[in-house]
Formats: sequence, structure tokens, C-alpha cells
Amino acid sequence: MTEARATIMVIEDEPEIRLFLRTSLGAEGYRVFEAESGARGATDAATHKPDLAIVDLGLPDIDGVEVIRRIRKWSPMPIVVLSARAREQAKVEALDAGADDYVTKPFGVGELLARVRVALRHGARAPSGKETLVLGKLSIDLQRRRTTRGGAEVHLTPIEFRLLACLAQHLGMVVTHRQLLREVWGPSHIEHTHYLRIYMKQLRDKLEDDPIRPKHLLTETGVGYRLVDEEAFFS
Amino acid sequence: MTAVRPDPDALLARVQREDTKEKRGRLKVFFGASAGVGKTYKMLEEAHSLKARGVDIAVGYVEPHGRADTEALLEGLEQLPYLWTEYRGARMREFDLDAALKRKPQVLLVDELAHSNPSEGEPRPRHAKRWQDIEELLEAGIDVCTTVNVQHIESLNDVVAGITGVRVQETVPDHVFEAADEVELIDIPPDELLERLRAGKIYLPEQARRAIDSFFRKGNLIALRELALRTTADRVDAAMREYKDGHAIGATWAAGERLLVAVGPYEDAESLVRAGKRMATALHADWIVVYIETPELLRMPEDERDRRIALLRMAESLGAEPVTLGGSSVGEELANYARTRNVTHILIGRPRRPLWRRLFSPSTYGELLALTDGVDILVVSGAGEAAALRSPFLARSRTYLQAAQTGAAPGGAKPRWPGYAWSLAAVVACTLLGRAMTPSFELVNVAMVYLLAVVLIAFRFGRGPAVLASVFGVASFDFFFVPPQLSFAVSDIQYLLTFIIMLAVALIISNLAASVRLQANVAGHRERRTALLYAMTRELAATRGGQNMARVAVRHVSEVFDSQVVLLLPDASGQVRHPQGESIAGSLHGADLGVAQWVQDHGEPAGLGTHTLPGTESLYLPLSGTQLVLGVLGVLPANPRRVLLPEQFHLLETFTAQIALALERARLAEHAQQASIDAETEGLRNALLASISHDLRTPLAVISGASSSLAERGERLSAEDRATLARSIFDQSQQMGQLIANVLEMTRLEAGAIALNRDWHALGEITGAVLRRLKEPLAAHPVTLALPGDLPLVRVDATLIEQVFANLLENAAKYTLPGTAIALRAERSNGALLVSVEDAGPGLPPGDPEKLFAKFQRGAAEGAIGGAGLGLAICRAIVRLHGGKIWAERPAGGGVAFRFTLPIEEAPAVPAETE
Repeated sequence: MTEARATIMVIEDEPEIRLFLRTSLGAEGYRVFEAESGARGATDAATHKPDLAIVDLGLPDIDGVEVIRRIRKWSPMPIVVLSARAREQAKVEALDAGADDYVTKPFGVGELLARVRVALRHGARAPSGKETLVLGKLSIDLQRRRTTRGGAEVHLTPIEFRLLACLAQHLGMVVTHRQLLREVWGPSHIEHTHYLRIYMKQLRDKLEDDPIRPKHLLTETGVGYRLVDEEAFFS
Repeated sequence: MTAVRPDPDALLARVQREDTKEKRGRLKVFFGASAGVGKTYKMLEEAHSLKARGVDIAVGYVEPHGRADTEALLEGLEQLPYLWTEYRGARMREFDLDAALKRKPQVLLVDELAHSNPSEGEPRPRHAKRWQDIEELLEAGIDVCTTVNVQHIESLNDVVAGITGVRVQETVPDHVFEAADEVELIDIPPDELLERLRAGKIYLPEQARRAIDSFFRKGNLIALRELALRTTADRVDAAMREYKDGHAIGATWAAGERLLVAVGPYEDAESLVRAGKRMATALHADWIVVYIETPELLRMPEDERDRRIALLRMAESLGAEPVTLGGSSVGEELANYARTRNVTHILIGRPRRPLWRRLFSPSTYGELLALTDGVDILVVSGAGEAAALRSPFLARSRTYLQAAQTGAAPGGAKPRWPGYAWSLAAVVACTLLGRAMTPSFELVNVAMVYLLAVVLIAFRFGRGPAVLASVFGVASFDFFFVPPQLSFAVSDIQYLLTFIIMLAVALIISNLAASVRLQANVAGHRERRTALLYAMTRELAATRGGQNMARVAVRHVSEVFDSQVVLLLPDASGQVRHPQGESIAGSLHGADLGVAQWVQDHGEPAGLGTHTLPGTESLYLPLSGTQLVLGVLGVLPANPRRVLLPEQFHLLETFTAQIALALERARLAEHAQQASIDAETEGLRNALLASISHDLRTPLAVISGASSSLAERGERLSAEDRATLARSIFDQSQQMGQLIANVLEMTRLEAGAIALNRDWHALGEITGAVLRRLKEPLAAHPVTLALPGDLPLVRVDATLIEQVFANLLENAAKYTLPGTAIALRAERSNGALLVSVEDAGPGLPPGDPEKLFAKFQRGAAEGAIGGAGLGLAICRAIVRLHGGKIWAERPAGGGVAFRFTLPIEEAPAVPAETE
């Protein structure tokens, strides 16, 4: 695995959680740097140039969102956010500030590692927009704007396709409502969340076997959507 | 068994009362027979000796009268600043009460207990009388030394005036003197006093100098000295008896003797009351002053009636219980009342009635003699001319009354001329009728017609018109009918008898009729009062909350007394506040909060018509509850008479008492409610603690056990066992996390800290998210979905609604056996979205399903099934926040159905896509 020797910066004030992250990530072969405050983390990230940063949102000195903004000024490195439950607003804020994904505390190590893996892969090899994405029975040709399901062509309206493509750009990662609305409908429509509900339902009806229990187009309640598939790959 | 617990509030109030009694200052009076005996000198001497003993002593006010030896004694004592009041350019030196209260020495010297404070000028002292200043000082815990002469004692005022021929204007109520802790008599022989007078050692004010010859006569001085000695001896005697009786507290006389002083319309009432006071003191008896409201009294001139207001106040200040009775016969009423109160002595004045009245109607004295048994009846002769009311307060209140009278006409006065007009018209009509009758009827029948007219007029219009009708009728009869006709000459002497009888009948009938009408008026008046009081009481009883009651009270009082009224309630710190909220008609703005605060603090009325701050234009009455003053009623009458007349004032007092009762009820209800809320909160806290301690202890035990196994003997365990232990640690920690999240969520919901983050959402999407989140707990339960494709979008906080679904589904999974199906349905119903989560499990426990939604309630008794019993309570809070409702049902086919509704709103349109 190419990402196995990647370096990860952990910015987290709780020593117990740092310990747990260091052990778990170390066991997976990552190199881990730690910072216990936001300000320290932002500067250390500049010196160590890690491949990915894990930022806790509840830091004692400066807000986690502020740390993300500082890092984003000079680096596109993937950032995964740790956040307490029931604080959707904070998550959305962090994601809109440039974080790539989030994990809700308390979390299992499997979930964290999956997020880290996806984020690293995405950072390493952002899709060029000229590829075909295969998700189970689905295949999405981003360049020719064609979608097939089980080999049969599925007719998608232009907006439906733009929505699907936008999620595909961030495969495996959460995309907030604002991001989707801005990219698909334009900046003047970022408040029109009901557009998203309607089109997402249409997409699921067309692409999912069971639209209520979707396998690929997942809802992150209160945050956004995520296009996933464990065996998804770009060809 | 329920033990009666003492009311802690009452206990506290009692302790406080006892505290204030303990802390109340002591009053020492230097008492003398006349000016010049050396009271001030002696008081200052004592001050020096106290100071030498290290007592913190100050001079509040001493009038040295320019005497060198007295002034010399003032040196070395701390003197408080005077209050300089200005009136029409003149500066007057007065005692500064507030300065003294602020300084708060241990002992304060204030000369001349009987002094009257100026009623005009700026700044004006708070009280009308110095003895009131001193009361307030004592109340504040300051010991006071003061001086007074015997002629200033209220009940001795008449006696002294009788001896010296000089009436003193400034008097001190007996109770003030009686309540003094110590009285020291300063006594010098009359000869020595006269000697000092001649030597110019006695300063006398200019006006007194004129009376010097009549006052400072040896005979007078001897009599005054005797009076002073006897008064002091009485005090010593009383102290002795009190000591013997054990330590009786208060000034109540031994029961047994009770004196009733009857105040009617004719007696010299003030003298009678003073005589009553002296007699009550001599008898050591309780005494009652009864004012009888007879029709005759109602007929009396207004200023005569105003005196009754003042009289009852005076009686009260002398320690009597003032009572107002109503009735037509004084003797009967008195006798009845005396029986009910076990009166032993009745004191009445010698009636000064015209001889003919005494012949025709029985005297009160005679009636009493006939109707009472075993009661001593004492008749006191009047003290000559009825004394004018002299106290400045009384004089002032009369001025108010007169001013008011000249202003607006009293409401009750009806024009009288129609009665006279009618009587003339009736006589004319009789004359015409008589002319028609004359040829065929005897003259005596014509006289009967006139008589009938007189009777009718008397009955309808009262005495004046009746007399006019009888005189005019007799004249007409004589002129038109009695031969010789058309002349007033009378040929037959027998017609003179006819005239006399007609006049007598007219007078008797009109008097009777007038009495009947007045009694009806009195009864009607009383009935109206009762009705007014009843109206307010009934409305107050139906009102909740102090502020609302205040509103009702203000409306009623303002209507009944034609006044602007305000009810000032104290805040938590005891400061009276203007009422909040919109004002209603008749409410008084700009009440004097300073006066109201004084009333609130002292529980005594103040302002218009009282002894305290009588210059204020409004009257302030305390609303006294059983334990504390609940507020202050401020009344600004449009016409002071409407409030200050005795019957009106009593009515106002009754209203005040009713309002106080209602407010007290409100206050008690509030306390009871607070207590039950506290108890409920306490109960919830206990339930939470019990629940959390149980639900945290179990997973903690598992986690510490499993992790210690892994840490200490991990290498000896098989890989499979290690995985199992790690797995259970993970599971238990997840459960704890869930519990804490629930408690936090509930707390935030309860505190109202959750602002709904509402947005348009598709229900199907939320369901999908929940099902994915609960994949593991629901693994053993097939979930069937019935979500129609055309469900509208709902504007909800998706995170919270997801929580509702999660809690309901988890519950279904938790309380049913693995394999039991769970159905989730949604449909439109009555304009709302109806969501149901049903299971085919064992069903609800018996009892009201509503109870399931209470906090810390669990379907099953404490046991294997974890959770703090918050799930459904959280669901209810969330659904309610969204404007929906949630409930549980027992479906016909068994199992449980939880249903909730969400309101459907019109979702904004999505523009159609053009391809």
C-alpha cells in the first residue's frame, strides 16, 4: 500500500485519545506527529509537512475550525475532523472551512482508519474528471456523462448528473449541502436544500436497488451526502 | 399518622417579632406638674452620668429656652444637627428624625414629648407629632429620654383645663405615656416654683406669658402637682400589680370589667370619651366606644358628622375599641351590644334635649334601664360648650372636608324644591275638588280631603313639604270653605280644633314617614356596602396571581370610593414597586413611594387623614396579612369626604382587609406550588441518580473487568477470548456513551437550549439514515417499511427526528424477542404526517401508556434491559418542539404501536428542469 508510510499529524488535547490514536495509527504503519494545542498544531504541520491531519474540533486554545483555515492557507493536505456528537453545525462549519471528512466521538478504530484511508487516497490521486467510476452495478463515465446500471443505460437529467459527478469527485467522503448546492446549482442557491432532497430522491430511485436503504448514495444527517462503495475504483 | 408540623414561616415571624421586641428601645419620661420644675435640667444631668459610664449618648433636640445653666449642661454632649424648615421666610428649628436614625446612638435625648411638628414649610417633618418621631426611634432600637408635663396627657386634658382655665393645644395619647418603660417625676413644691418664676428662671413663650397670672396661681400649682403625683402613683400601682400577677406582657387589663361608652348625637362627645378613659383606667377595664348611626345622626349637619370621624380616632388613640352600630333605637342597640360583649358598665352623656322631646320619646337612659340587667349605667354631665376639635390633625381633616364641600356638591344631596312645589299643587287640587264637593258634602269631608293630601305629601316628601301643605291647606280651607267664605276670619270656634288636628297629623305622619324612609336608606346603604364588598370578594376569589388580584382590587376600590387607586406590592427585597403592565382606569400614577415604603415597613396607615404625613394628598393603607404586610393600597380620593366619613372609612378598611386576605391566599398558593415543584424536581433528581448509577455501574464493571483481564493476563488468553473481551469493552462503552448522550440531550431539551435547525427533509431519507445507523441493534429484527412515494417534504430538524426514529426502533428491538418484525409506516392524516412504529412483541405493560413518556420510566422493571428510561421522554420533547404529538397504542392485533405526527407545511416549489 502506497499510503502505509504516510505521515499523519494529530492535533488533539486529550492525552488519552492521542495515545489511542498513536497506537492505532502506528500499528497500521503510519508515522504520527502530535500536537496538543491548535496553535502548536498549525505551526508543526508547516514544519513536518504531513500527508494528512487529524484535528479535534474542541481544542482549548483556538477553535479547530481556525486550525483548518490556517492549514488550508498553504496546503491542500487531507484533513479529518474529530467531533463530539450532536454538534452537526460544528462539523458542517469545519467541512465548509476545508476539512475533508469527519469522525464522530466516540468512534471505533475501524471507522477512523477507513476515513483516513479514503482521505489519503483522495489526496494522492484526485480524479481528473476524465475517468469512469465503477460502483457495484453502477458505472459512471464522468467524461462522456453516461451512467449505466447493470449494463443498461440510465437516463439522468443534467442536474442529476452534475450532482452525481460532484459526489463522485469526493468519492467516499462527505460533501456538505452547501458545497453541493453551490457546485450544482450555483452560489445563489446555497439555501435551497429542498432542491437537494428532491434530486437525491430521484437519483436514488434511478440508481439504487432499494432507495430507502441506499448502498451508495448515503445521507449524513444534518451534514451532507457521501457516495461510497467499498470496492469502488476508478478505471 | 400525620404530625402537625409548625409553619416555619409563622415560627420565623414570631422569632422576628420577639427580636424586635427585644431590640425595641426603652423610653424614659421626665414627668412634671408644670413648666419650670426642671425636667430638662434633670434629663441633661442624667445624660452626663450615663456618658461618664461610657454609654453612647447624643442630644437629638433640647430646647434650652436661653437658660444659662441648661446650656452649660449641654456642653460636652454630642448634639445632632437640627432640621431647619422654612415657611414663608421664617426658619424653624426642629428635631431631625432621619439624622437621629442614621446616627443611631444608644441613648438619644429628645425634649418635649408633646411637641407638634409644623404642618407647613419645607422640608416638612414626616410625622405630625413628636411622640410619633419617638415611636419610630424606639422602633429602631434607640433608647429615648424625653420630658412632658401633666397637662399634655390626653385623658387629663379636660381636668387640667377645668383647674387652670387654660386648654393646652398639644397633647400626647395616653398609651404613649403608659408604654414608657420608666417615668421619673420631677417634683418641687409650688412655693419654690413660684420663687423661681419670680426670679425669672422659668422661660415662658410669649402667648403663655399672657396667661401667667391665671396659670401660675398657687392653687393651680397645688392641683397640678397633685394630679402629677397621682398619675405617677397610678403607674407605680400598675407596675406593682403587674409584678404580682407574674410577668404579664402587654397592657391588657384583667378580664371582668368592661366599659362601654355610648356616643350619640347630643352629648359633648369628646368630654365623654375622655371621662370614659379615666374611668376605664380607674376600673382597670377594657373599654369600647360605640358610635350609633341612627337616622337622626344621618340627618345631622355635615360638620357635626365629620366630628364623629375624629372622635372615633381619638377614642382609638386613647386605647378604646371603636365600634359603629346601626339601628333606629339607641337604647335597644346599646343594650343588645352590651349583652353580646359582656359589658359591666355603660357610660352615657346627659342628654341635652328640649323638654317636649323628653316628654314624648323615651330617653336612652330610660331604655337602657329597662333593657339591661346587671349593668351599671353611668350618666356623665356635659362639660358645657362642646369643645371644638383642637388637635391639628382633626382641624386639618376638617379643612379638607370643608374644601371638598365647597368644591363639588356632595353626591347624596337632592334638590328639595319639587317637594314644596308638589305640596302647593296638592293643596290647589284639594281646593278645586272641595269646590266641586261643597254643595253636596259636609265641610268636615272637605277637611278630610286636605288631610289626605297632607298625609300623602308627608309620606312622599318629608316634613318640610308636609308642614307647608298643612299650613297652606288650613289657610285654603279657612279662606275658601269656612264661613265667612273668601276671608280668613273664623266664625265657628270649632274649626280651630280642625286646624290644630290637621297640623298635628301632618307633623306626626311626616316624622314617622321620614323615620321609615331614613331607616330604609340606612338599610339600603348597608346592603349596598355589603353588595359592593361581596362583588369584589367574589371576583378576587376567582382570580389567580398577585398582579391580577391587584388589578381587580384597584378597579373595585376606585369605583366604590370614586378615587384613583394603586396597589403597590413589595419585591423580593421588600421595596414597594409600582405595578407593571398596562394601567387600568382609576389607577393612581405617581404614588409617593417614600410614604408607601414607610407604610410597608411599619404596617401603619399614613398620608391623608392620618397622624403620619397628613400633608400627603393620598391615603396609604397597609395590607396586613397574618404574618407580614403584603402591600400598600394608595388612595387618592376625588372627594376626601368619600373616604374619611366614618362609615366610608370603615368600609375602606374592610375592603383593605379583604384584599389583604386575597393576596395572602395567593401568596400561600404560590408557596404551595413552589413546594410541589421542588418536590417534583427532587423526585426527578433522585430517579436520575438511581437510573444513572445503575446504568453506569454495569458497563463500568464489565469494562474494568474485561480490560484488566486483557492487561494482566492477555498473553495467557486465546486470541478468540481476547477478541471477545475487547468486543464487550467496546459494546459497553458504546452503551455508556449512548446513556450520557441521552441525558445530555434531555437536559438540553428541557433547558430550552435547543434551537431547532429546521430544514426541508424527505422522511424516507431520514429513515434510511436511521436504519443504517441501527444496523447492528436491528440485525435480529426484520423491519418492513411502508413509505408512500409521494410523501411531502417536512420542515424538521433532521438530527432530532432521526433521534426519535432511533429511540422508537431501538425500543422495539429491545423489548421484543429476536425475530419479531417491526413495521415503520408513514402516511398523510388530517393535514399532518402520521408516522407509526409498530412491533408484534409482548405489548405494553398494564396501565396508562402516557406514563411511558415520563422521564426515567421503563417498560419493564429494572433488569437486564439497559437505558435510563429517557428515550420516550426525549421523543416527546422533540416531537412537541416540532408542533406534533406522540402517543402509544395497543393495536388490535397485539404488540405496541408508537405514533407521532409532524405538521405538513407547503414546501417551496422546485423549478422544473429543462433538458
